[in-house]
Amino acid sequence: MFQKVSAYNSARILNLLKCFNSNNKQIISCLECLFTSFEPPLGAMTSVIKTVNDKRPVNLDIGSIDLPITAYVSILHRISGVILVAGVAVLLWILDASLSSEESFNAIKAGAGSFLCKLIVWAVLSALIYHTVAGVKHLIMDLGIGESFEGGVAGSKIVIAVSVVLIALLGVCIW
Amino acid sequence: MVTSVTNLGRSGLSDWLIQRVSAVVLLAYVIFLSYVLLACSPDYQEWKALFENTCMRIFSVAALLAIAMHAWIGLWSVSTDYLTERTLGGKATLLRLSFQAISAAVLFTYVVWGIQILWS
Repeated sequence: MFQKVSAYNSARILNLLKCFNSNNKQIISCLECLFTSFEPPLGAMTSVIKTVNDKRPVNLDIGSIDLPITAYVSILHRISGVILVAGVAVLLWILDASLSSEESFNAIKAGAGSFLCKLIVWAVLSALIYHTVAGVKHLIMDLGIGESFEGGVAGSKIVIAVSVVLIALLGVCIW
Repeated sequence: MVTSVTNLGRSGLSDWLIQRVSAVVLLAYVIFLSYVLLACSPDYQEWKALFENTCMRIFSVAALLAIAMHAWIGLWSVSTDYLTERTLGGKATLLRLSFQAISAAVLFTYVVWGIQILWS
């Protein structure tokens, strides 16, 4: 059972450990939460862990692992977040122009600007759409909805479907 | 082990909560502005009046601060995951702290610039 937990999940566990590294008690309660959420009781888990050879190679090379759809949705959430940090500058610039004069407001509303300008705005707003949709999935899962493996996969598929539709509609609006 | 001295709330749980609260504020702001733009299609006078309204200024500054906090926690998570000694070697700490310092400067600039736009 423990070996079936993919290397991707191992990375998530390491992340959790890093989050709580300031408090050992939190690490223990955190791990207990994690392990008791699987099928076998904690006692069975620890006995499995003890039988694993400590010298076996640990593979956390993300490039060599067959990633599930949940991993792609998660990584895209990070990438879109980093893009948005730069994108906020574009959005603030547009807000500034829209409020500074009636001419610049009408120019923005009419969708004036070169193809490159429109492409940048479309990219930033696409990142915003994807990040928002994936973020809503996080908030829904925080409420305890869809926390199973199947729920995670279904949620990820919904995130991609909704984002693709909204990003396509945005493209129609811009061009 | 990367220390957590550079994170926002000094604990993972605190950052987790700040990330959620700021996300809800930003979600509300995005939905509200999308509704205004798509359903109301304001002209310049209406658009300018909206952003001069005190309630909207409070909402906008809340969104600006939420962006700064949310982006800091996100960039901190990304930088402590990928800009590590395992991926970059001996210079990793210097590179990570430089990245974080630049990020903080950029996010602080966004807050000041945003306030300047709202009150200009």
